[in-house]
This record gives sequence, structure tokens and C-alpha cells, in this order.
Amino acid sequence: MTGEYFTDYTAVLVATIAGAVMVLSGFLAAMVVSPRARSAMKDIPYECGVVPFPGRGWTQTHIRYYLFAILFLVFDVEAVFLFPWAVIFLGPEVASAVFYEMLVFMGILFFGLIYAWKKGVLEWR
Amino acid sequence: MNVGVAASIAFWIMAIIAVVSALAVIVTRDIFRAALFLILAFLTVAGLFITLSADFVAAVQVLVYGGAISILLIFAVLLTRDVQKGNPSNRMLKPAVFLGALFAATLIVVITNSTWKLSGDSPPQGTTAAIGDALVNSYVLPFEIASVLLLAAMIGAIVVARGRDE
Repeated sequence: MTGEYFTDYTAVLVATIAGAVMVLSGFLAAMVVSPRARSAMKDIPYECGVVPFPGRGWTQTHIRYYLFAILFLVFDVEAVFLFPWAVIFLGPEVASAVFYEMLVFMGILFFGLIYAWKKGVLEWR
Repeated sequence: MNVGVAASIAFWIMAIIAVVSALAVIVTRDIFRAALFLILAFLTVAGLFITLSADFVAAVQVLVYGGAISILLIFAVLLTRDVQKGNPSNRMLKPAVFLGALFAATLIVVITNSTWKLSGDSPPQGTTAAIGDALVNSYVLPFEIASVLLLAAMIGAIVVARGRDE
């Protein structure tokens, strides 16, 4: 166990705990401070002020939205590959091949983006 | 406080949160809340990776599992028609319990029977640079092929989701 590594991550730990405390204290404050007056009318879901549509609160979502998730996943994974490459790229004695390797990698993925663009996936209709 | 002790405490806290949230995924009735508990489990596993000095794996865990996989899950919930029936136990419960017990027994046997060797080397200071070096030097071809795989996933998703109508 090396000390320096873990002291680096205490900042992450502190930020995580601080974030959790901020959110939880907000909930707690709302529980303690807010006045409560329950009624059946107030418990119905809020839909822009109109009375909610009766029946099941579910409608078919178009599969098109799933494409945004898939595209996000692909470019998220691309970002994962970018991080170690970027760390290497800043280092000393970098061969120029390193640059072109990433260019090829991103170029191949760029075809996918062009395909999505051509197919109109990125357009909002 | 000793760093090793602090790391052990952090490990156990996160391990307990991970196991409890994984159990909550199974027992929660609301499937959307189950998905949120799964995300919590993913994030605590990322924390566990940090205590194991695998910082790059932890970052990938947050990015890919905490980000992308959880978004896919929530979209799957959004697109599922029977989602309001909740997260019911189904008739596969007994086989699932059996297989889970079998898997757990296998793991326990393997863990107790293995001879665990401790490396004398100190853990690497930041694994990202070593991984980057391996990616651009030793494993260039798998690295480039990974982009082809991602491209195939992207085009496949577009073809499947759009169908023939548009």
C-alpha cells in the first residue's frame, strides 16, 4: 500500500461525501421544515396543471430515442480509449505514429457518425 | 491514521454498500428504483477498484457502467410496456437460486483452494500511462479493431432501430 496514491483519492472521497451530505441535507430540511397538508387532489401526478390522463401512465416511447443512448455509449467508450492515449501523448519521446494511430481509431468511428448523420438519426422530428 | 487501515475501512464500507444495493436491485418492487440501485452498485464497485490501486479501471467503471450502461438500462425501462407491473418474482426463481448457489459454491471453493501469491512489487503509480503505452505500442491492432467493433455496434443499432419504414 502506497501512501501517496490513497492521499490523492481522499479528495475524491471528500467530494463524494460532501455531495451526498448536500443532497441528503436538502431532503432532510424539506422533511423537517416544509408544511404538510395532504389531500387526494394534491396526491395526483402533476401534469402541467391539467388533470392527468386516466388509465395507465405509460405510453409507447419511440425506439428512436434508444439510438441516442447507443450513440452515447459508443462515443463514451471512445472517450475511455482517449484517456490513456492522452496521458501517453503528453509524455516525452512520443513517436508520431501514436498520433496517427488515434487518428485511424477516430476515423473509423467517424464513418459511423457520418452514417448516422446520413440516415437522419441525429435530426429531431 | 495508517493508510492501509483507512483503505481497509473504505473497502469494507463500499463493499457493504455494493452488496446491499445489489440485494436491493432484486427485492425492490419498482423496477426504476431497482435500476437506480444497480447504478449505486456500479459506482461503489468503482470505489472498490480504487482501493485495489486500479484507478483506470475505476474511471472506466464510472464512465461506461455508471454512465452508458445505466442509460441503456433506463431506456430499456422506458421502452418496456409491462413496466408498471413492477419487478415481480417470476417462475425462474427456483432455477435462478439454484444456479446462483452453485456459482457461489464454485467461487468459495476456488477462493479457499487457491494459493494467493503476494507480489513484492509496489502497486503502479497510476495505471493509465501503462495502459496507454500498451495500447499504442504492443496492442495497436486490437486497439484499432475495437473501433471497428464499436462501428459495427453503432451501424447495427441504427439499422435495427430504424427498420425499413424510414
